[in-house]
Amino acid sequence: MEEEINIEESHREIVIPGEIIVSGSDYLPGDGTKREGNDIVAYRYGLSDKNGKLIKIIPLSGVFIPRRGNVIIGRVNDITFNGWLTDIDSAISAFLPLSEVPRYIDKNNLSDFLDISDFFNAKITNVKSKGVDLTLEGKGLGKLEGGIIVKINPNKVPRVIGKEGSMIKLIKDETNCKITVGQNGIVWIRGENVEDELFAKKAINFVTDRTFISGLTDKVSKFLSEEKNGGKK
Amino acid sequence: MGEKNNMAYTKRFDGRKFDETRKITAKVGVVPNADGSAMFAFGDTVAIAAVYGPKQLHPQHMQNPEKGIMRVNYQMMSFSVSERIRPGPSKRSTEISKISEWALASSTLLGEFPNTVVDVHIMIPQADASTRCAGINAASLALAHAGVPMKDFVTSVSIGKMDKQMVVDVIKEEEDYEEGEGATDIAMSFMNRSGKLVHIQLDGKISHKELKEAVELGKKACKKIYEIQKKALKEVQENTGGKN
Amino acid sequence: MIEESNLTTKRIREYLEHGNRFDKRNPEEYREIKIEFGVSKKSEGSAKVKIGKTEVWAGVKMEIAEPYPDSKDKGNLMVTAELTPLSHPKFEYGPPKFEAIELGRLVDRGIRESKYIDLKKLCIEEGEKVWQIFVDVYSINDDGNLLDAAFIAAVAALKDAKVPFYDKKEGKIDYDKPSKEKLPLTENEPFNFSIYLIGDKFILDPTQDEENAGDGRLVLAVTPTKPISICSMQKSGEFEISEEKFSEILDTVEKTHKIIFSKIQKLVESSAKK
Repeated sequence: MEEEINIEESHREIVIPGEIIVSGSDYLPGDGTKREGNDIVAYRYGLSDKNGKLIKIIPLSGVFIPRRGNVIIGRVNDITFNGWLTDIDSAISAFLPLSEVPRYIDKNNLSDFLDISDFFNAKITNVKSKGVDLTLEGKGLGKLEGGIIVKINPNKVPRVIGKEGSMIKLIKDETNCKITVGQNGIVWIRGENVEDELFAKKAINFVTDRTFISGLTDKVSKFLSEEKNGGKK
Repeated sequence: MGEKNNMAYTKRFDGRKFDETRKITAKVGVVPNADGSAMFAFGDTVAIAAVYGPKQLHPQHMQNPEKGIMRVNYQMMSFSVSERIRPGPSKRSTEISKISEWALASSTLLGEFPNTVVDVHIMIPQADASTRCAGINAASLALAHAGVPMKDFVTSVSIGKMDKQMVVDVIKEEEDYEEGEGATDIAMSFMNRSGKLVHIQLDGKISHKELKEAVELGKKACKKIYEIQKKALKEVQENTGGKN
Repeated sequence: MIEESNLTTKRIREYLEHGNRFDKRNPEEYREIKIEFGVSKKSEGSAKVKIGKTEVWAGVKMEIAEPYPDSKDKGNLMVTAELTPLSHPKFEYGPPKFEAIELGRLVDRGIRESKYIDLKKLCIEEGEKVWQIFVDVYSINDDGNLLDAAFIAAVAALKDAKVPFYDKKEGKIDYDKPSKEKLPLTENEPFNFSIYLIGDKFILDPTQDEENAGDGRLVLAVTPTKPISICSMQKSGEFEISEEKFSEILDTVEKTHKIIFSKIQKLVESSAKK
């Protein structure tokens, strides 16, 4: 999941839907592809990736598709008697049941904890065709207070996080901000002041604008130090 | 030229070869707000398409628990043709929207997205015939750009028969051609890899043998148009890396 | 829409208290404006305008019509705006909603009241036949301030327009016959300012996020007299405004108009040279 897309290292190429990626009976069709006769065909737009015999597509665009275990950032849309109806920027709605909040909540005043239009980060426990279930059981999950919300393409999330979290750590350290990147592409940034938050936002957009550059971590590091010495403060 | 019949359509109004399209322009990412977008032009016929979704579908009774649905909305800007078009949907735009939807839905795979909708919006800011074909081509690009799963890629073209002469990518003057057998206008769309027809409409009069020829000609033209669409989708990301 | 975040809104408001904006602009500063003329050949005139990421297209069509009973010797003007679902997921198909109706009317009023078009010159036969001008505006991408973009586009399309050939004997318009006759436009070229009030501050040319953070807007169309004249105005939204604030806004508009108007003229000149 946390991977560096590096075109030079792995012969990745942009493919479009319906395009034949490779032909040969020993290849295996992975995510976003299908075998048709002797061919492996792209079933969506993205970078084709060959790993041994496995062929898959790394998407460059597309909406968030919720998966069990994803940590996301959501917003409260409505409050019911037993939980919160929320928007997680996906095609299906998400529900956070009261029972999944690991602390005391006054049942008659759910809004004391999370009110309409409040933001929170949560984990997906279940994906059904009618909706997604969420939980706040887990480290660092809960209401998000202060800061700014930034939206990025969910397919760029692995880039922003970087290998073993290296990219996001670099940005956090250099900007002095707390940053939570939801797998749904919603990012929460909170710093000492707005300048720091906007600086972090700029750095994140620097990453999402560059899909193909190798050694991106070094470039981001250079960008951050130049910005610091330059116009920023 | 030694033509037997001085009514025969021996030279096209704009000097193109019979099997030649107008200059094609294709570009993706023209509507930053959309999940995917594109511009596609056959000469002076321009289409802009934007895709939003798959997203939640309201009202609920429209939802399909088996798969996501697609809604296409085709609209001409009021000033895109000589006689101003009244804003709002017309019978014509309603039909073209549906025809385009059928053409595009054959390739898209929305089984992964039950109860959702993919909205495809097509606008025609400037028209010189073949607007539905330009619209389908722009929408096809926008759907791919939006990362919507698709098993094949749809490309569209119009084939005309001017008197007895078959032509590719019809312009307004050709649509209005009245000499000899007059004009027959056939809009058609194919899936590129399978070569299957996903849309066809015909206005005019044509023999069954000629119609087979026309479809053959359309398929060939679509192969060429497809290459330009493919290039547009492949170029975008390479540029993104270099810019800002 | 999830990106309409109350957290971001709060930050925008706090930051503006110190006179700062997220994109480092001054409160009265516009984003980069781009104008392209003649983008739709079948129209009498057309233009595409971008302000930052906001994009709008406008086109002019002309027909022969009967004059209105209260202006028998004048041409007719009608401005319509469509906020297309192509340009933002918040817009839906169907009959125009208030936002689109108001936008069309504001552009209409600004142009009409400025007397930018000499409508008397568009009378063909008093009480019988006059030119009817339709200006239609479409949003292509909404990142805030659609109104000012629509206004610039409408004015640019009018500048670009040529009156089509009218065959008096036949009583018909020949749209295909090339025409060089420009519309009778006056010196009173209007410009529209959408001023967003946020807390006790105000800004010009808001982005989408800034619009979401705003309390309401004050809309002013002005003409380039020295000092400027105001030809239409509307307070749009449920908010209160003090007299001091009101006069501060007018002063800012006067100051900003000089800069932005000459910028627009330069854009027009440079695209005319192409």
